[in-house]
Amino acid sequence: MNIMNLLNAMPGAVAQGLIWGIMAIGVYITYRVLDISDLTVDGSITTGGAVCIMMMLAGFPAWAAMLGALAAGMLAGLVTGLLHTAMGIPALLAGILTQLSLYSINLRIMQKSNQSISVDKYDLLISLRYITEAILICAVLVVVIIAVLYWFFGTSLGCSVRATGANPNMSRAQGINVNMTKIIGLMCANGLVALSGALLSQYNGFADVKMGIGAIVIGLAAVIIGDVVFGKIFTNFAAKLLAVVFGAIIYYAVLQVVFWFGLNSDYLKLLTAVIVAVFLALPYWKAKYFSKPVKRGNEHAGN
Amino acid sequence: MLEIKSVYKTFNAGTVNEKRAINGIDLKLEDGDFVTVIGGNGAGKSTLLNLIAGVYPVDEGSIRLNNIDLTHLPEHKRAKYLGRVFQDPMMGTAATMGIEENLALAYRRGLFRGLGGGISNKERELYREKLATLGLGLENRMTSKVGLLSGGQRQALTLLMATLKKPNLLLLDEHTAALDPKTADKVLQLTDEIVARDKLTTVMITHNMKNAIQYGNRLIMMDSGRVVVDIKGEEKKHLTVRDLLEKFNIESDRLLLSE
Repeated sequence: MNIMNLLNAMPGAVAQGLIWGIMAIGVYITYRVLDISDLTVDGSITTGGAVCIMMMLAGFPAWAAMLGALAAGMLAGLVTGLLHTAMGIPALLAGILTQLSLYSINLRIMQKSNQSISVDKYDLLISLRYITEAILICAVLVVVIIAVLYWFFGTSLGCSVRATGANPNMSRAQGINVNMTKIIGLMCANGLVALSGALLSQYNGFADVKMGIGAIVIGLAAVIIGDVVFGKIFTNFAAKLLAVVFGAIIYYAVLQVVFWFGLNSDYLKLLTAVIVAVFLALPYWKAKYFSKPVKRGNEHAGN
Repeated sequence: MLEIKSVYKTFNAGTVNEKRAINGIDLKLEDGDFVTVIGGNGAGKSTLLNLIAGVYPVDEGSIRLNNIDLTHLPEHKRAKYLGRVFQDPMMGTAATMGIEENLALAYRRGLFRGLGGGISNKERELYREKLATLGLGLENRMTSKVGLLSGGQRQALTLLMATLKKPNLLLLDEHTAALDPKTADKVLQLTDEIVARDKLTTVMITHNMKNAIQYGNRLIMMDSGRVVVDIKGEEKKHLTVRDLLEKFNIESDRLLLSE
């Protein structure tokens, strides 16, 4: 129980939090903005990692490999979107179908279940060997991504994506093609998720076909922790995205603390699920057991 | 001009729940007509409006507006020509978005939505002006989330959104039914003012016979998916609730006998 061990682990937690924060922003776009629970992400994060590592092994520079990952993720989002809109499959199931097919596709991309890349031989953008550098680069990326998304969701097109999630009936009545806006949202989200996968595989020095298992839960954890901790003070859209990234960092910091207390790391996924369950339950319990009676009219405003 | 020609619509065809909602409707509205629609539950009033709006397709028949064939256009493409206000105040606005953002969505109805910038200052001025006409003080709360507004305020805002870009046809589906009587009157007055000012062709469903008589220049009554009473011109002007009740009884008796 040496406190130094914990402190030494913290920079790694921050780096991982930033990388997963990008993934969580993608989850935020589907879960919060579009009001869709998109399970594609478990597959598309791996796709991002796989495409990135394979492109770099084939001699492409890191930036090109990451653009490739971004494009592959958007393609995955497009598939889920088409399954949902053109084929009328419920969004949750459409995501599961894409996720499952991506498992095969990811295996084909990597040709085996695990591909590693050496930071000594390849010019990786980030690596866990240089954590300070990784934190700086990821922080800059996070800022750029939030700025671009803030701009996009302020444009006419971006507003129509937000309106689709807020009220699809009203959106159609105002002439918004909600099928198209859903696809756009899913493509943005999965593009970001794959980009995060590309960063993650560089950071770890490998891509693994199983690296995406439970990714959606980690993303949700970040979104919900960010919301619970910063929801009251961060009201601006960009600030809310930042809260999601902070949520991811808090999540990894908490994990480090728990492991520092000596919990077996086999419990990682269980712990994640418990964290998400508790944080999801908090607002519900709060409303049910600790709220003063308020005007009923506003309570249904979100419907 | 709206032309509805022998439109039929059956829900759950071929099942025990089969329901013929619209049973051969022919209806022609002149430009500037303000039609009130009454009828019992299940008469097909809302279905008719939803068929015009394209919420679901017609089984048979055609719907044309100003010589544009709407029959096979998807809902979001018809929106270019239509303004709609729903019964549920929650349905016409996006609760999690600001008042001006909602108006901006409505202002771009029928236009291409690209990566162009957000709301310009000139637009904001226009919204402020239009909101002031509602007399609800919303012009000073432009960035407030719509979810914070009352049902009446939201309905007034929806009405404004439906008419912000002059629609070829305004569809009002019992838009005051969920409001308290005082607010309902206020929203109805607003509706009348806007319709008169912009000379909008309007179809308004209502359950209130008094309102149906008071507003508009034409009244139709629906029953079992058909138009059973159609009163316009001078006759509409001098119509009373009593006349209407008599008509209603006669019509339903006749229908009962004919079946």
